[in-house]
Amino acid sequence: SAPCPQWPYCRKRCSYCNFNKYVVPVVDEASMRACLVREARTLLRLSQVQSITSVFFGGGTPSLASPRTIAAVLEAVAGAAHLPAGAEVTLEANPSSAGTPRLAGFRAAGINRLSIGVQVRGASPVLSPAAPCAPTATVLPPQSLDDAELRLLGRGHTAAEARGSVEAARGLFPGQTSIDLLFGLPGQSLGAWARGLEAALGLCDNHVSLYQLTLERGTALAAQVWGGTLPVPPQDLLADMYQTARAMLVATGFRHYEVSNFAKKGALSTHNLSYWRAEQYIGVGPGAHGRFVPQGEGGHSREARVQTLEPDAWMREVQSRGHGTRRRVVLSPLEQLEEVLALGLRTDEGITHERWRHFSPHLSLEAVFGVPGEAKDLQQQGWLVLDRSGLRCTWEGLALLDSLLPDLLCQLQRR
Amino acid sequence: MALAGRTAMWWARLRSACPAAAPLCIPPWLSAGPGACERLYSSRGKEGSDMSMYPVESIRNFSIIAHVDHGKSTLADRLLEITGTIAKTDRNKQVLDKLQVERERGITVKAQSASLFYSHEGVNYLLNLIDTPGHVDFSYEVSRSLSACQGVILVVDANEGIQAQTVANFYLAFEAQLAIIPVINKIDLKNADPERVEKQIEKLFDIPIDECVRISAKQGTNVEKVLQKVIEKIPPPPCNTADPLKALVFDSTFDHYRGVIANIALFGGEIQKGHKIVSAHTKKRYEVNEVGILTPNEQPTHKLYAGQVGYLIAGMKEVTEAQIGDTLFLYKQPVEPLPGFKSAKPMVFAGMYPADQTEYNNLKSALERLTLNDSSVTVHRDSSLALGAGWRLGFLGLLHMEVFNQRLEQEYNMSVILTAPTVPYKAILSSAKLIKEYGKAEITIINPAQFPDKLSVSEYLEPTVLGTIVTPHEYIGKIIALCQDRRAVQKDMLYIDEHRVMLKYLFPLNEIVVDFYDALKSLSSGYASFDYEDAGYQAADLIKMDILLNGNPVEELATIVHNDKAYATGKFLCERLKDAIPRQLFEIAIQAAIGKKIIARETLKAYRKNVVAKCYGGDITRRMKLLKRQAEGKKLMRKIGNVEVPRDAFIRVLKRQTDK
Repeated sequence: SAPCPQWPYCRKRCSYCNFNKYVVPVVDEASMRACLVREARTLLRLSQVQSITSVFFGGGTPSLASPRTIAAVLEAVAGAAHLPAGAEVTLEANPSSAGTPRLAGFRAAGINRLSIGVQVRGASPVLSPAAPCAPTATVLPPQSLDDAELRLLGRGHTAAEARGSVEAARGLFPGQTSIDLLFGLPGQSLGAWARGLEAALGLCDNHVSLYQLTLERGTALAAQVWGGTLPVPPQDLLADMYQTARAMLVATGFRHYEVSNFAKKGALSTHNLSYWRAEQYIGVGPGAHGRFVPQGEGGHSREARVQTLEPDAWMREVQSRGHGTRRRVVLSPLEQLEEVLALGLRTDEGITHERWRHFSPHLSLEAVFGVPGEAKDLQQQGWLVLDRSGLRCTWEGLALLDSLLPDLLCQLQRR
Repeated sequence: MALAGRTAMWWARLRSACPAAAPLCIPPWLSAGPGACERLYSSRGKEGSDMSMYPVESIRNFSIIAHVDHGKSTLADRLLEITGTIAKTDRNKQVLDKLQVERERGITVKAQSASLFYSHEGVNYLLNLIDTPGHVDFSYEVSRSLSACQGVILVVDANEGIQAQTVANFYLAFEAQLAIIPVINKIDLKNADPERVEKQIEKLFDIPIDECVRISAKQGTNVEKVLQKVIEKIPPPPCNTADPLKALVFDSTFDHYRGVIANIALFGGEIQKGHKIVSAHTKKRYEVNEVGILTPNEQPTHKLYAGQVGYLIAGMKEVTEAQIGDTLFLYKQPVEPLPGFKSAKPMVFAGMYPADQTEYNNLKSALERLTLNDSSVTVHRDSSLALGAGWRLGFLGLLHMEVFNQRLEQEYNMSVILTAPTVPYKAILSSAKLIKEYGKAEITIINPAQFPDKLSVSEYLEPTVLGTIVTPHEYIGKIIALCQDRRAVQKDMLYIDEHRVMLKYLFPLNEIVVDFYDALKSLSSGYASFDYEDAGYQAADLIKMDILLNGNPVEELATIVHNDKAYATGKFLCERLKDAIPRQLFEIAIQAAIGKKIIARETLKAYRKNVVAKCYGGDITRRMKLLKRQAEGKKLMRKIGNVEVPRDAFIRVLKRQTDK
């Protein structure tokens, strides 16, 4: 099982980010800490998870939280379930909030992996319970090493700062630092992207997340693009950027193990893999999402759970009931399979027969997709493979997954 | 126009007697004190008001006609307020426009009626206002409304002056020999120039300047004066209560609970609950359940008398029973039926198919009900290999088609596939075999699928219209160029004052059906106006053009075009289609073809990347919802070969450019 504590506060609003985040001058960190701890305990008890595979601190900008808070949450997790010594504990960090002394503090608090990033999500810990569970801390890497691009993104750091923080992070978390790279910025050329990537490859550690900038409603960047002041990157250029990056990363020894994620020397993100494999995870903190079976209250079905979004309201709920779960929906067997399909096909291993059987004991992958229908057509067209190891996308098909999924869902729904 | 002229004659017989007590009475439901006479109170049963106090002399039946946006509906609202028909509030906007689509679009589509009560120089008058639609597509409704009137208020905007529809509406009223009261509206506007408009009216319509009434309907200025003019200048309806009942059905609506509600104008006699009546058209007998007046909602009355306008409910359940233009008379007292109406002439035809064939029967019943309220739509059953069973509908124009479709969606919750609109072409057949097959040599083609090959045709004909354009003179150059581009021939050009010109052009109908009006508006910054009337057929070099997706024809988009326009139209359709179809996993060739010859091509490239970048524990729920909606959408896609096309793509392609 994988807990994901969320830290919902940011220093400033980045122009492209619409995550649940709050830019407030003073955060009552003591209260927030107490609530994160309390909710983590409550939910772990509810899930009856015995062991934790990973912890991931995401959110607004969790690296703005103090190491004390991180330590307190980890203690709570370890107190409620078994947290093995080697478990992955990732912290998402922003280059400007990740100076060496701070990072050292995080390491002392129990963080062993850093993800330095661009698009940081609402900050909350997510606990990945499973057989073995390791928490994860990810530091934010430089999305870009170009000052002009960083200004466009409204990031509060310069390229030099970004470079500095990656180097600092690698010093403290050798082999365990991930960086985010962002492409598809308005006005960015293929050449500029390739050069930026080249520079980033010289800087990066064993893990890279590669994101196409998505224009999210309500962000300053989207308003500028949709308003016509910034150009929309053409579809074909985005495809070229993605393919170029894939090729370059693979050529330098990275394994393309998920649509947007690359790792070498086996440094795959345990935590994120557990999402794509549709394992259980427990979202802690304002706006966090989770998927688990609440065995603690006699539940037998996997539930989709969402915590209250607004931090003050969330804190009040945690203080009064021990948790701030706002919504819980039991997932039907079909809905679970739909998630298995949509998430599993994002990985290079795809959906193994074994994993499918776990969710669908009576209807095999072959029985659903091996018969004439959409999947057969997509196999013939070279986008999909169904063989002895399972169902997965081809190299070409992976880039087109969102065009394949509606067809596959149609076929699944007919069974 | 001719039919409206005939209508005026229907009223030609003067009524001789009138109920003695009536003229001095106030309608009981408006009476403030004990002034109303005894008899009226006694006759005011459950059915409501007694209409006998309004003899023919104190009745005026009139319409308001105007160019769109010149303030017809606002004036109607004020008249309703002044006469106490509706309470005076700030919220009275388009009171007579009851349909959702009318309020949303700010246009009148469906004629409505309202009875107003007004006291002038000691006499209580019954003024029946019959509202008329403002758009050229609905001129059929205008002439129908005029058939129940003896006069009109012609409203002209003090700033915009005479516009194309002002001219068209004036001639409708003039040829029907109706009294015309010119009213210059919006004199409160900063740029109002009533003198100039008065001069235009004098020059174009030959109405003396001093007959114009200057008003502001918005502020209520001089509106009373309009009512007085209505009483003074419009003659009472020429008919007699002593004659046998003769009622013209001039409109009808379908009510889900009460059945057919027929709007009637009494040309003779009287009618009340319990009367046995007969339809001259169907010869069917009915018993009257309810009569009443419209204020503008239905208000039951005891009786209706000659010269009055109101409604009737008589147990007509089938939509086909209340034929508009039909004459109703008393059982065993047959009368010479009124001439009725020429049926509306559809200018635009399109195929309509249920989006899902299982909805066929529901759509059928929705169409039947809606066409009762809009009898100008013609309906023929049709079927297509690609689209299944459906209908070919005829509309008065493209706006009419859009409005009809919108009403189907809003009032009946129906979603349909509409094919490309086409005008009614004709072909003179030369092949003996075809002539035998059709039983005649000249055929009308309302469906491109039935377009006969050139080899078996001696001549194709296309419908034409005489268009009137009124514009400030600075736009003349651009407008002439536009008209020439639309294959139009100039017939007349007249300065209606120092700054404004009226142009008359003979247009092929298909050139103005889709986007002419929008093109005209945009190149004249909205100042030019346009109206048209039917002008017969002319020979034309026509061909059928198909649109192909990866080699498979798209039946919805098959069109008949003029040879000179084939290339441009084909290119335009291909380009628009390229924007309307989402990218797919393979390349799509979009082609325009005449026979086997490809005349235009666009290529929609295959998707090379389509995958969401970030997909973590965050909000998978939302993502799954989106994917499931897409999967659901796949089932509703129209498949042409292996190309998936959203249902609304074709209509978007055909829509005017300004809607892009």
